[in-house]
Amino acid sequence: MRVEQIAVFLENKSGRLAEITARLAEENINIRALSVADTADFGILRLIVDDVEKAKKTLKSNGFTVGITNVIAVEVADKTGGLAGVLKTIEAERLNVEYMYAFVNKTGENAVLIFRFDDMDKAIESLQRTGYTILSGEQICAL
Amino acid sequence: MTLYWEEEMETLPRVGLESIQLKRLQHLVARVYKTVAPYREKMDAAGVKPEDIQSLADLAKLPFTVKEDLRDNYPFGLFTVPMDQVVRVHASSGTTGKPTVVGYTKKDLETWSGLMARALTLAGVTAKDMVHNAYGYGLFTGGLGAHYGIERLGATVIPVSGGNTKRQITIMKDFKSTVLLATPSYALNLAETMETLDVDPKSLSLRVGVFGAEPWSENMRDEVERKLNIKAVDIYGLSEVMGPGVSMQCLEGEKGMHIFEDHFLPEIIDPDTGEVLPPGEKGELVFTTLTKEAFPIIRYRTKDISRLMYDTCACGRTLVRMEKVTGRTDDMLIIRGVNVFPSQIEHVLMGTEGVEPHYQIVVNREGNMDTMAVEVEVSEDIFSDEIKALENLTKRIQMDIKDMLGVTCRVKLVEPRTIQRSEGKAQRVIDNRKL
Repeated sequence: MRVEQIAVFLENKSGRLAEITARLAEENINIRALSVADTADFGILRLIVDDVEKAKKTLKSNGFTVGITNVIAVEVADKTGGLAGVLKTIEAERLNVEYMYAFVNKTGENAVLIFRFDDMDKAIESLQRTGYTILSGEQICAL
Repeated sequence: MTLYWEEEMETLPRVGLESIQLKRLQHLVARVYKTVAPYREKMDAAGVKPEDIQSLADLAKLPFTVKEDLRDNYPFGLFTVPMDQVVRVHASSGTTGKPTVVGYTKKDLETWSGLMARALTLAGVTAKDMVHNAYGYGLFTGGLGAHYGIERLGATVIPVSGGNTKRQITIMKDFKSTVLLATPSYALNLAETMETLDVDPKSLSLRVGVFGAEPWSENMRDEVERKLNIKAVDIYGLSEVMGPGVSMQCLEGEKGMHIFEDHFLPEIIDPDTGEVLPPGEKGELVFTTLTKEAFPIIRYRTKDISRLMYDTCACGRTLVRMEKVTGRTDDMLIIRGVNVFPSQIEHVLMGTEGVEPHYQIVVNREGNMDTMAVEVEVSEDIFSDEIKALENLTKRIQMDIKDMLGVTCRVKLVEPRTIQRSEGKAQRVIDNRKL
């Protein structure tokens, strides 16, 4: 129940993000969610797309350093306390969040939380045990 | 009136000087041939015997010594005396990680401190002075070399070494330092720190600064003189030949440094052909030591570009002057007084798992300090989706470089294929210092 995420190395200079999105658009690749983590010198762009292999190939051939990592997508109701509830479970299991980001699906009823944990297996097991819905890559793209 | 330390040697007519040089050279070559196998082998291969040295011009028959010779005979292979006669060693960075090591007998240290005292006298320093020695103490020849010269001169030495700039200024103020010895970039750092501390250089007792160990421009000299309200003079030396005190600028003459020719025999050669160039022409500076015991050196190629000026100097010294070093024949960089070879950086990078050999060294002078940034292309092997992992990687490279060179640099990750690929020799260094 993991989702493949594309990570791209970005130098901290103008036009890099525009370049990446333009190349993906040309190949009809749809971005479902993204986040940018940045430092003074560089950034890491993390993307959930509908065609991971094609996106990786496209970006690599355009000279970007690309990596694929597994993340967990958790679906929660888009209402007050949704994220807090998930994080409470995480804390109780003493799991550590490496990073996270979120988006709201089209209907606006549910939010999808993308997580990277230090211990992914344990995280999936605890979240499922506490009744959370974990989405697959296909499910995210179908949203 | 000119101050001399050893007036007779400093003002010898050239004929007299050359006869002393020849006698010392012949003695040196005979001794080295007898005691050091690597020198003997090279001379035999070149078909030259000690008795072939009949005039100073015959020096050109002898093979050159290069930094690689020191490395090949690391650490003590080129010493001419048993180690029980060696009382001190110094070392500077080599090209591939192993330092180049030099040694001194008791007499060598006496010679050195005498020459350093002579150098300081050229700058008008006397026994009455309070000398602030901000050259680094340690394996580097700068700190200790200057230190014993100051003591020999009879001046008071303040062995502050480098760093802790605010404290240095307090000491300078309270001890009433009159002479500053430092790298020129550190002198400017001191000046800048004085500004932020609101210390007026005019309120200090500083009169003269003796600067060396790194290249600096005439513009920088003007800036140091203006900001510190002192006279700034040049000193030159390198550990392979002795250390500071090989040549020194006088106060009276025009620019240029008097080479202490009674101890060091200079030549200027064409760096490509190795041919000796006529007086006044620009080329690579080569030194032969005439009086050193533990670690003499024959025709050492300094890779520094300079020229020799034999015209008479206003100070009355007959010793030849060398022009301020204007460049290098190799890719060595001098960062805050420390020799840095791109190959050393490469060595560190190649030792870091996953790092590809695409890198570039960018040197800048920010404010008054030299800064070095190492740009490394991010390959898939080292890339991570976590900031933490990438930052740990840059920190590790930074620490390894610091461990190897003693210089702090910034490590910057860049996108693949952004570092220019050159045809033939890669452009590894971008030096924006405009020296």
